[in-house]
Order: sequence, then C-alpha cells, then structure tokens
Amino acid sequence: MLNRYDPAQNERTRLRGAALEIVGLTKRYGSVTAVERVDLSVAQGEFVTFLGPSGSGKTTTLMMVAGLQQPTSGQMFLNGTPLEPLPAHKRNIGVVFQQYALFPHMTVAQNVRFPLEMRRVPKHEADRRIDEVLRLVDLATHHRRLPTQLSGGQQQRVALARAVVFEPSLLLMDEPLGALDRKLREQMQTEIARLHKELDMTVLYVTHDQSEALTLSHRIAVFNHGRIEQIGTPAELYERPKTRFVASFLGDSCFLPGRVTRVSCEVAEIETAYGLLRGRNSGALDPGAAALLAVRPERITLSRHASGKADNNLAGTLQQIVYLGQSRKLVVRLGDGTVVSALAPITEGEGGFDPGDCVELAWSSRGCNVLTNDGEANDAE
Amino acid sequence: MILGEVWQSLVWGAVARRIICGLTICYLVGPLIIVVILSFSAAQFLTFPPPAFSFHLYHNLLDDPRWGDSFVTSVTIMIPTALAATLAATAAAYGSMRLPPRVATFVSGLILAPIVVPAIITAAAVYGLFERLQLNGTLAGLILAHTVITLPYVFITVSASLKVLDPRLEAAARTLGAPLHTAFRRVVLPLIMPAVLSGVLFAMVVSFDELVVSLFISTPEVRPLTVQMWSDILGDVDPTIAAISTLLLGGALFAICGQHAVRRLLRARNRIDGVAQPL
Repeated sequence: MLNRYDPAQNERTRLRGAALEIVGLTKRYGSVTAVERVDLSVAQGEFVTFLGPSGSGKTTTLMMVAGLQQPTSGQMFLNGTPLEPLPAHKRNIGVVFQQYALFPHMTVAQNVRFPLEMRRVPKHEADRRIDEVLRLVDLATHHRRLPTQLSGGQQQRVALARAVVFEPSLLLMDEPLGALDRKLREQMQTEIARLHKELDMTVLYVTHDQSEALTLSHRIAVFNHGRIEQIGTPAELYERPKTRFVASFLGDSCFLPGRVTRVSCEVAEIETAYGLLRGRNSGALDPGAAALLAVRPERITLSRHASGKADNNLAGTLQQIVYLGQSRKLVVRLGDGTVVSALAPITEGEGGFDPGDCVELAWSSRGCNVLTNDGEANDAE
Repeated sequence: MILGEVWQSLVWGAVARRIICGLTICYLVGPLIIVVILSFSAAQFLTFPPPAFSFHLYHNLLDDPRWGDSFVTSVTIMIPTALAATLAATAAAYGSMRLPPRVATFVSGLILAPIVVPAIITAAAVYGLFERLQLNGTLAGLILAHTVITLPYVFITVSASLKVLDPRLEAAARTLGAPLHTAFRRVVLPLIMPAVLSGVLFAMVVSFDELVVSLFISTPEVRPLTVQMWSDILGDVDPTIAAISTLLLGGALFAICGQHAVRRLLRARNRIDGVAQPL
C-alpha cells in the first residue's frame, strides 16, 4: 500500500481543490528513518505549518517537496501532477530558506530577477514584476543594495520577494524567521500573514516555534520522530490534543497519570493517586488502560476552600508564585509531590495567596483531555 | 607595585617578541638580499661583498640565448598547466562534494598524492611511464606532468572555498528554476572565483618552480628555466645565476602583489562574504 496511490482518493482531493497531495512519503538514510509515511493534503490557498522539534522530519519533508531531496518511497502531487519525475528547477515551487540564502554577489533586484531570467521573462515585464514585488515587501527603494547592506528583516523580505516573484504554485518556508530577534519575528509574522492573504498562495511553513504556528496557520501538522503526530486547526490542536507529545509541545500542560475506569464517547474517567478525574475522551481509550489527564495551567482555578463544584478537585500546598506580567504562575505541590501549575490573571484588589497556603485546584472536565499513556517521555522540552 | 611589575614584564615580552620576529625575518629574507646584491656585482665569480657595482651579469643574461629560450619554455609549460590544472581541480573539488564521504576521501587522497609522495619517486615514476609513451623531452609531456603536480594545490584552495560556501545558495538557485549547470555558473562559480584565481596563480608558481620531475623528463632541446639553472650551477659556478634569481624574485613579488590587488578589487566590488579567503 505504501507505494500505491489510490486514484479514487486523488479524485476526491481534486474535487476538494487540494493543491498539494502527499501520500506515504518516506525518507530513510541507511537504517535511520527521517520521515515515515507522511500523508497530507493541502487545499489551494491554505497555510499549513509543520511544527516539531529539530530532527522530527519536518524540514526533510519540505525538501522532498521542493525536489532537493529524493524520497525513499511515497508520492507527491502538485495540482494533480506527480512531482517525483520533475527536477527541482522544473517544479515551480518557491522556497524561502533558513537564513535566506540570498546570492551575496547580486543586488536585491538581481536576486529577485534571477527566477524571471531562468524563465526567460522579457526584460520590461521582469522590471515591472520586480518593482511590484519589491513594493509589496516594502523595499521599493532598495533595488541596488547588496544583501550584506540590509538588515536581517530586510534580507528576509528580499528572500520572500524572490520566492514569490515567479508566481509559484506553492510556497515553502523553512524556519524563515529563525534568525531574527523576537520583536522583528512578530512583525514579520504579521507581514507574512498579509502577503499570504494578498497573494492568495498555498504555503507550507516549517517552524519549531509554537506561537508562530498558532498565529499564522490554517492548519498545523505536529511532527515527531518523522511522523505527523496530529494535524488540525490551531484551536483543535490546542484544545483537543490526541497525544502527550502534542499536548506538551503546543502550549503547556500538566499530566496526571491514572487508569481508565469509565469511558463514554465524550467523557472519560480515570482513577488517579488523587482520586477520580474526568476529562474529554481523546478516542482510543479502553477501560483499564493506562491514561493521562492533560490539563492546561490556565484552565485551573485556585481557591482556599474546597467547593466541590467543579468536575475535578485536587488539594495541595501552594509552593511558589511566579509573576509573569500578564499573569501569575501558581505552583502547587500535591500530596505525592507531583507539581501542578495554574495560571491566574492578575486582577486588582485581589487578596491573593501566599506560599505555604493549603489550596484547592479545580477545573472542568470540558477543559481537559484524557490521553492514552504510551509511556513516551516528554521530549518536547 | 604589582601593577608596575606586570607592566614591566609586558614591556619585556613585547621587546622579546620583536627581537625574535626580527631574527626570523633576517634568517628568511637575508639570503635573498645577498643574492640581489650579488646580481649587481662586477666580479667574475660569486664573491661577497662584491668588489664593485655593475650590470654585467644582466648583460650576460641577455647575451646568452639559453636563458631566454629556457624562460620561454617555462612559460609555455606554465600557462597551459595552470589552465588545465585549475579546470580539472575545480571540477574535481565541486564533484567530490557530491560523493559519499568515504569515496570523497579516497578521491581527494588520489588527487593530493603528488604532494604526499616524495618528488623523486613521482619523478622516477613519470619518467618510466613517459619512456613508454615517448613523452620524455616533449612539451606535452612536461605540461602533463606539471598538471598532475599542480592539481593538488588548486584542489585544496577550491575545496576550502566550496566547503564554507552555504549549500543553500545552490539549492536556492535550483528552486528558482536554474538547472544544475546554470546554478553552478551563475551562483557557485562567481562566489568561489577568488579561490579559483588563487588556484591559477598557485599552479603557475608551482609549475614555474618545479625542478625534480622536469630534471628527469626534459632534454637539452626542451629545457625549463629551473633545469637550466640547475645544470648551470653544476657546471661552472656562473654568477649569472644571481641575476636570474633576482629577476625571478621580482616576478614572484609582482605576482603576490598582483594577487592581493585582484582580491581587494573583487572584494570591494562584490563584498563577498561567506566565502573562504584561502592563502
């Protein structure tokens, strides 16, 4: 099945308007598997982000789509055309590389002209397009500068201009903001979002920065060990992670281990060292199986007295209060020494807590997820 | 007080360093200066200090056609050698980057062999081979042998430059629509050009200076300058050798300065960064 492509599925995708279809894409280096059976379908105009730690296969997947690396097996289709027989220079895919890869011996305009020259676009037409795209990225007056004379953000924009000037069918971006400082990175995120909208392009974007992924993407594919662990909209991934890895890589989560006692299609109940806890069923849970309750720190509320109102209540001792500016992190130690953090907004005139207080943690079963405990350690952080 | 002592030792350190540097320079450059002085000597033999100033050694040089002929021979060998070696070594350096690491190590080992194997062994081997191919004493033979000998120098220079060249630049060119050969010509080659030019110069110097192999495979009819100098000094110690040495020294100085000038020019024009500056 690995090398087989199902024509019926191709037809379905075409009807859905998929620009890029990846089927069973695999890359092995000797005995090491870098990418394992990645399936993905990207709609026309969609912005899909590959998120994952370094070495999780996201860049390798991107490079295979670009034609710079050869897949071991699997297939790729761009607007219905198989990509594998095409060499990189015939795929018409724009790529923005990590650290930009601008040609240092060419000016900004020469860099942007390069893909047009390769396509033998007539000079006046090329001039017009270069002007237009440089205006689009706000570098209209920088034609004759050399890349080394530009700031990091400007180089980034030239790289972007060069990758879109020939109107590629697909734009790939490999950690394009990795080399910029935080402030500039946020600015460029907005810029990229604007360009994506204006150019109406299909984008595959690689990053290990979760906030970047959440800000920019229509959908995020979380990569781990060469596989797509979960794919969905940012809200889906954040609210309904299916694995421990996704729950911890995207945002923070506290994990409480236990055994499944009861499962319905919506809710799962697990028996833990701290009593019965309830959360949303992430699927594939069987009674008696080892499970984890994953809860986001901002979903936990703290109170002095046991109220018993919420679905999940835990008693503990407040260990530490960390001031974070927008909020406070309240670190609570449970009876067995497990540490759980809650995030509370800072409000005026609040009496607050002191370290050493006995507190109650409470959260709704709708705000947390019960995941299968596959025993995999959290290697995200 | 302690500060004073530290200061003192620093001063002495600086003084000592200068003395050592000075002595080293004398040791390295001294003989060259003596040769230059000797070349303007009026004496019929090599004596130092020279009894009087004269240009007669330079007159000798011009009068004796053997010097001019062998110089022309050397240049006739040097230029095709440098071109062939640079072309082959650049191609080899670029190609071996794409080989699996183990194969690449083997290939570069082969290419570098001429500087690892003692010159005399190379010379004997080339002589033996050329005897069969009837290349001994021919210009083609000398050019061929010199190309093999100069190959490693260009290979090392160009490889070093390619190694620090960001491989993403070539990848970027390809994704922008450039076939492999265009990506090389438009992106890789311009960026490694300083190293390639250094390679040409290096090959020229090595070829011009080569003695051992040339000694084996040249004949009185086809005789490079180094071999001519060698046989001259073996026969009677003709002081003309000082004059030719001085001219060669001048030539070498000119080449080094020229190379520096070309480099500065290129760098000012292109502000090449991310490219090695070997040599």
